[in-house]
Amino acid sequence: QQCVNGPGAIMCASGKYSSRGPALIPRMKTKHRIYYITLFSVVLLGLIATGMFQFWPHSIESTADWGLDRRSVHDAPLIRLPVANPIPERGDLSCRMHTCFDVYRCGYNPKNRIKVYIYPLQRFVDEVGVPISSTGLSREYNDLLSAISDSEFYTDDVTRACLFVPSIDVLNQNSLRIRETAQALAMLPRWDKGMNHLLFNMLPGGPPDYNTALDVPRDRALLAGGGFSTWTYRQGYDVSIPVYSPLSADVELPERQPGPRRYFILSSQTAIHREYRAELERLKEENGEALLLLDKCSNLSQGVASARKRCYKGQVFDYPQILQESSFCVVLRGARLGQATLSDVLQAGCVPVILADSYILPFSEVLDWKRASVVIPEEKLPEMYTILKSIPHRQVEEMQRQARWFWDAYFSSMKAIGMTTLQIINDRIYPYAARTYEQWNNPPLVKWSSVNSPLFLPLIPPRSPGFTAVVLTYDRIESLFRVITEISKVPSLAKLLVVWNNQNKSPPEDSLWPKIAAPLKVVRTKENKLSNRFFPYDEIETEAVLAIDDDIIMLTSDELQFGYEVWREFPDRLVGYPGRLHLWDHEMGKWKYESEWTNEVSMVLTGAAFYHKYFNYLYTYKMPGDIKNWVDAHMNCEDIAMNFLVANITGKAPIKVTPRKKFKCPECTAIDGLSLDQTHMVERSECINKFASVFGTMPLKVVEHRADPVLYKDDFPEKLKSFPNIGSL
Amino acid sequence: MQAKKRYLFLLSAGACLVLLFYFGGVQLPASGRNRHDRSHNGYRPDQPWPHFSDPLQQFLPWDQLDTEEYNIHISPRQKRDVNTSVYKGKRCRMDSCFDFSACKKNDFKVYVYPQQKGEKISESYQNILSTIEGSRFYTTDPGQACLFILSLDTLDRDSLSPQYVHNLKTKVQNLHLWNNGRNHLIFNLYSGTWPDYTEDLGFDIGQAMLAKASISTENFRPNFDVSIPLFSKEHPRTGGDRGYLKYNSIPPFRKYMLVFKGKRYLTGIGSDTRNALYHVHNQEDVVLLTTCKHGKDWQKHKDARCDKDNAEYDKYDYREMLHNSTFCLVPRGRRLGSFRFLEALQAACVPVMLSNGWELPFSEIINWNTAAVIGDERLLLQIPSTVRSIHQDKILALRQQTQFLWEAYFSSMEKIVLTTLEIIQDRVLQQESRSTLMWNSHPGGLFALPQYSAHLGDFPFYYATLGEAPPPPPPPQSTTQSNIIVLWNCDKPLPAKHRWPATSVPVIVIEGENKVMSSRFLPYETIVTDAVLSLDEDTVLSTTEVDFAFTVWQSFPERLVGYPARSHFWDSNKERWGYTSKWTNDYSMVLTGAAIYHRYYHFLYTNFLPASLKGMVDQLANCEDILMNFLVSAVTKLPPIKVTQKKQYKETMMGQSSRASRWADPDHFAQRQTCMNKFASWFGGMPLVHSQMRLDPVLFKDQVSILRKKYRDIERL
Repeated sequence: QQCVNGPGAIMCASGKYSSRGPALIPRMKTKHRIYYITLFSVVLLGLIATGMFQFWPHSIESTADWGLDRRSVHDAPLIRLPVANPIPERGDLSCRMHTCFDVYRCGYNPKNRIKVYIYPLQRFVDEVGVPISSTGLSREYNDLLSAISDSEFYTDDVTRACLFVPSIDVLNQNSLRIRETAQALAMLPRWDKGMNHLLFNMLPGGPPDYNTALDVPRDRALLAGGGFSTWTYRQGYDVSIPVYSPLSADVELPERQPGPRRYFILSSQTAIHREYRAELERLKEENGEALLLLDKCSNLSQGVASARKRCYKGQVFDYPQILQESSFCVVLRGARLGQATLSDVLQAGCVPVILADSYILPFSEVLDWKRASVVIPEEKLPEMYTILKSIPHRQVEEMQRQARWFWDAYFSSMKAIGMTTLQIINDRIYPYAARTYEQWNNPPLVKWSSVNSPLFLPLIPPRSPGFTAVVLTYDRIESLFRVITEISKVPSLAKLLVVWNNQNKSPPEDSLWPKIAAPLKVVRTKENKLSNRFFPYDEIETEAVLAIDDDIIMLTSDELQFGYEVWREFPDRLVGYPGRLHLWDHEMGKWKYESEWTNEVSMVLTGAAFYHKYFNYLYTYKMPGDIKNWVDAHMNCEDIAMNFLVANITGKAPIKVTPRKKFKCPECTAIDGLSLDQTHMVERSECINKFASVFGTMPLKVVEHRADPVLYKDDFPEKLKSFPNIGSL
Repeated sequence: MQAKKRYLFLLSAGACLVLLFYFGGVQLPASGRNRHDRSHNGYRPDQPWPHFSDPLQQFLPWDQLDTEEYNIHISPRQKRDVNTSVYKGKRCRMDSCFDFSACKKNDFKVYVYPQQKGEKISESYQNILSTIEGSRFYTTDPGQACLFILSLDTLDRDSLSPQYVHNLKTKVQNLHLWNNGRNHLIFNLYSGTWPDYTEDLGFDIGQAMLAKASISTENFRPNFDVSIPLFSKEHPRTGGDRGYLKYNSIPPFRKYMLVFKGKRYLTGIGSDTRNALYHVHNQEDVVLLTTCKHGKDWQKHKDARCDKDNAEYDKYDYREMLHNSTFCLVPRGRRLGSFRFLEALQAACVPVMLSNGWELPFSEIINWNTAAVIGDERLLLQIPSTVRSIHQDKILALRQQTQFLWEAYFSSMEKIVLTTLEIIQDRVLQQESRSTLMWNSHPGGLFALPQYSAHLGDFPFYYATLGEAPPPPPPPQSTTQSNIIVLWNCDKPLPAKHRWPATSVPVIVIEGENKVMSSRFLPYETIVTDAVLSLDEDTVLSTTEVDFAFTVWQSFPERLVGYPARSHFWDSNKERWGYTSKWTNDYSMVLTGAAIYHRYYHFLYTNFLPASLKGMVDQLANCEDILMNFLVSAVTKLPPIKVTQKKQYKETMMGQSSRASRWADPDHFAQRQTCMNKFASWFGGMPLVHSQMRLDPVLFKDQVSILRKKYRDIERL
C-alpha cells in the first residue's frame, strides 16, 4: 500500500494511525514492549516525515495561507473498501417512522427541531484504488450539505444528532458503483442498519429498466428521492424531492404577471418517447398555433449551449426563456418519472401539465399540487387540449402564481430543496408543532392578505351563559350606579364587573352599591390605563363581554338584550351601538375619522359593545407594535385599536345595532359630547393613521347595514314584539 | 523486561516527541485540538461542513440531460400494461388494479349487488347499502357502474363474532361480476381475532379496494384503500348529533388536561401502551384509568396492579371526563383504532393519538395535525409535557377543527360512506377533484363539489382564506346585474320580441324544457356573475332595495339574503315540524321569490339534492324555496339574512297578486308543512337556524334629513 505524494500523504499516514491506535490501548498493560516499540517507531517515522516536509518544495509555510476559504475535497481522507466488506440490505418497503426510525435520538425538545449531523467527507476507493463514484462530491451535493451545516438543524455533536446525513454523494445513480457505495454506507461509524440516516438521490435507477428508487442497498435509511413511483415510495417515511435543474443557477427568469400568454401549450423536453412525440404532433396538427412543440437543435454541439436552445423546424428558441411565453408546459415522463424540466417550468411561472403515471410529485406530503399543476394520465394525452381548455382563466392565473411560488420557496436551489426535506421530516417527528397547510402552500402575498379567524367555526352559542358587563370607571359614582341599575335589568346579564381605575380613591363601601340580582365584582387596577378595560380578567367567565362606559345610561334593557342576541349570531365580531367611519382624505392624503350621520360604518365604539373574551386576550398580549402603550399614553383611541385588531384578524366588519341615539347625558361629557370637540377629532384621525401604519394596511371594512329586530318599526302591535323599546330617545 | 531498557525507550520516545513538536509539522489526531493546526490543510473532521470551494462537477452533466436512451425502450403503453400485471395484491394501486375505462367521463356510478335471499346482513351494513342506494351515485345497471359494492356483509370478519359470515370466499367467487375484485369496494370494520387480531379478512379480496377501519400503514395501499373510522352499531344513519362544542371559552383549558378510561387486556395483544399509562396518571389533571375487567375469566389472569387500577377506574365517570377535558388519549386497543376516537372528536376533546402505525381515518384528505395531536407510543412519558406545551391559540383551533371534521365527515354513517365514495370519485375524475383546502375547511368536501369549478374563488366559502375580496362592488346606479334571465315556465308561447321592454342589459329567455319548479335553480351557463337575484314574475322591488340587499350579500356571500321571511317551529303536539308565515320575532327562511344568493347554490341544488326531493318539489310545484333554505343552512349552519323591505312589497307577497290563489290555498300551506318534514328527514335533522335580526341601512328611519340617506326610497311608502 502506498500513499500518494503531496499534502495528502500526511493525512493518509495519520489516518492510518488513528485507525490502529485505539485498538492498541487496551492491550497496553499486557504487551508493554510492543507498545513502546510501536510508539517509538511511529514517532521516529513522524520525525522523518516532518523532516522531509521541511525540505519539500510545497512545504508547510505555503499551506499555512490556505485559510478557510480554500478547502479542497482532495484533502479528505482516502478510505479503501475491502471487497469483503458487508453490504447493507436492500431497503425495507414496509419501513415507517415508527418501525425503522429511532425516535429516542430526537427526544423531547423545547424548540421542536431535529438535530442533523453530517459525516465528514471521505473519499472511498475500492481495493485497487478506483473511486466508488465517477464524480465524487458534486457541486450540488456540496451546496446541499453546506446549506444544512449553516442551518439551525445542524449539530456537530454526533451523540446528540437525530438524523445523519452521509457525505457520500448519491444524487445521480449513473455515476455510482452500486455495490461499493453500499459498502461505503455500511462503513459509516453510526450506520447501525441505516437507522436515522438520510440519503438524497435525484436520479434513481439506470438502464434498461430505470428503477424509480435508488438501487443502492441502504438498510433502513430514509430516502429523499426524485422520481419515486407509488410502488417504491414509502409514504410517511421517504420524502419525494424534485430533480434539481442546473439551469436555475445559470439563468434568472424574472417573475411575470400571471395572465394569458402567447402559446397555450408548450412542450420543450428533448428526450420524449417517439410514441408520445407522435401524439403531441397530432395534437399540434389539430390545434395549430396554440401548441408549440420544441425539440433539440440538430446543428448544436452537446453541452451547455444545446441545453439552452430549443428548435422548431429550424426556428431557434432560447430555453428556458421560451417557457415564459406559454400558459401550460408539458412535463412528460422520460425513462425516469422525475424530470428536471418540472423545475424550469415552475420557475417560468408556467403551469406544469404532468403526464407521468404513478409519479409521486415532489414534496407531495405538504404541497397541494392541485393548486399549481394539472396532472393528466398518460393515456389521456390526446385529450390534453380539451382538458386544459376547460380550466377557468382565473384558475390558470392562480396556478401560474402558485407554480412560481413553489419554485421560489422549494425548488430554486439545493438549499431550498434540502431545507424543505428536513422540515418535512421535522414535522413528522414533532407533528404538534408542524407547519400548517397555509404556511406551506400560500404565497407571501396570500399569507399577508388572507385571514384565518381564530373563531372560525360557525357556531351560535346558546343564550344561557349570558354576558359579563365590564364597566370602566374612575370616579363618576352617581352615573356609574345608574348604569349598573340599568344593566341589571337585562335578562342575560351574568355578572357585572366594575374596573375601578382610580388609584387615589377607594371604591364606595359595599352597602352603598345598588342591589342587583347578578353578581357584582369590583376589580381595582394598579395604574389608570385605558387598556385595563380590555384585560382578560379571570372573573369574566362568559364568552360574551359587554364593554360599557360609566356614563352610558341611555341604552334600554331591550337594546342591550337585543345587542347580546345579535352578538350570538356574530360571536367573532364587535357588536356595538354608536358606529363610526374612517375615510380617505384625498386632499391631505391620509385617513380621517368621521362621526357624522353617515350611511356607512366601519367601527363601533367600545363605550358600549359586545365582543368575545378572546379579543381581550388578543388586545392585552398580541397587539402589534407599540399601539397599546400609545393608547395608554394618549388616554384615547382604545376603541379604534380594538376595531383594528378584530377587523385585522377576522377580516370582517363590526355590526352596528339599533338606530342612532343621542349619546349624551346632562351631567357628564359623553362620547358624543367629546366627539364634537375639534381637537378630539384630530386626535382620533391621528390614531387611525398611526394604527394603519403599524398594521401595514387598513384592515377596517366598511358596510352599509345595521342590525335591527325583525319587526322594528313594522306596523305590528308593540306588545307582541320581543324588543319593543328600541330607538327611543 | 528490564526496567532500565524500558526507561531508555521511554526517554528516547519522549525526546523524539519533543523534537516532533518543535518542528511543528505532524499533527497526531489526538493532539490536534488546536483549531489553527487542524484547519491547516483545510480539512477538519467533526467540524461544520467545510463548504468546499473546488470547482466541482455537476451531478447531472449537460451532456447527460437528454441522453437517456429512452427511445429504444419498450413503448410506454406496454410498460403500463406490465405494471398492471406486476403490481397486484398488497401492491395494488389505482394505476394497476383499477379499471378507469369502466367509469365514463364525469360519471361516477356505484352498483350494489342485489341482496340474496337468506343472506344475513347486519344492520350497520344494511345502512351502508341503503345510503349508497339513496345517493346520487347509485345505479341499478352494472354496465354503467364504475364501482361495485357487495351485498355480502363484510363488516365483521372476526371469526368469533356472531355477525361473521361463513363461506364468504366461495360466495364471492360465485358472483359473476366479481372479475377478481376489480373496481369493487369492500367495507370492513373488524378483522382478525383473539389473540393476534391480524388484518386478514379471511377471504381473497383480489384486486378490490378496502374501506377498512383500524388499517395499519403497512397494509394500507396508498391512494387505493380508504381508512374509515370505527363506528358503533348505534351510529346514526343520517344527520347525526352535532358536536358538543357550544362555546369557545377563554382560556381554553378545561378541568382536566388529559384523560382516558378504558380496558387493559391481560391476554392477547394491544395493551402494551395501556399497561404503562399508570406512570403518567397523576390523579389531578392527567387522569388515565384502566380496568382489568373484561371477559368472564379476567381474574385468572389478573396482575399485581389490577386491584388498584380497578378501584381508581371506578372513581371517575367517563362522560364527565370526556366533556371536561382539553385532551383525550386515544391509545390502540385490540386493533389500531378504537371507539374513543370518534367519541373524543364529537366531544371537542382534542384526541391525542397513541397508536403507532394506524393510518388515520380518511388520511388521504384530512390533515389530522389540525385537529389532533399525533403522539408516538414510544414517547408515552413525554405526552403530558407535549400537550402542556401546546399554545392556547392552537388548542382553540384544534378544538374547533374537531367539531368541523365531526360534522362534515363522521357524525353519521351516511357521511362516512359518502366521504369514502367522494374520495374514490376524486381519484377517478382527477381533473375534477377537491384540493386539500376544500376538504379541510368549512363547509367541507361533501358540500363543495369540484365539478362546479376548478377555481376556489368561484365558491362562496374561501374568500377569506385566499385573501380575496368578495365579488367586486357594484358600479353606481342599479346596474349590478349583467344579465336578466327569464325562465319561461308557461305552456303559452313566448310573447313576440317587440313586446319585451327595452333594457340596458341583455335579456335572455330560456324556455323551461320540463316546465318544472326545479328549473328555477338550474345552473344556467348564462349566469355569469357570482350573485344571483332570484325573482318571481310578480315580485315588486325597487332598485334601492336591490342595491341595498346586494351590498349586504357582499358581506355574507355564502348566505341567502332575502326580503320576506318565514319560520319553522317544533309542533310538540303533532310531534313534527311546523311552518309559519306569520309575522314573528324571528325567522329561519327567506322566500326565494326575491332573494340574492351565490350562483354556486344553483349548482348544489341541482347536483347535490336527491331526485326524490327535487321530484317532490316539481310534483307539488311548491316548496322549492324551503328546499333551498334547507340546503343553504345545512351548508352554512347559519340562518339566512333578511333585509328591510318596503311595506308595499310585503302586501303583494301576502296575497294580492296573481299568485294570490296559490298563497291563499290552505292546501298550499299544508303542502309546505309536509315538505318541511320530508326534507328534515332526508337531511337527518333540522338544518334551519333562527335569527332575530334584520339588516337595515345604517340611517334607516333615523331622525335625520332624508337627503342624507343613501337608501331613502326604502323608507318611502
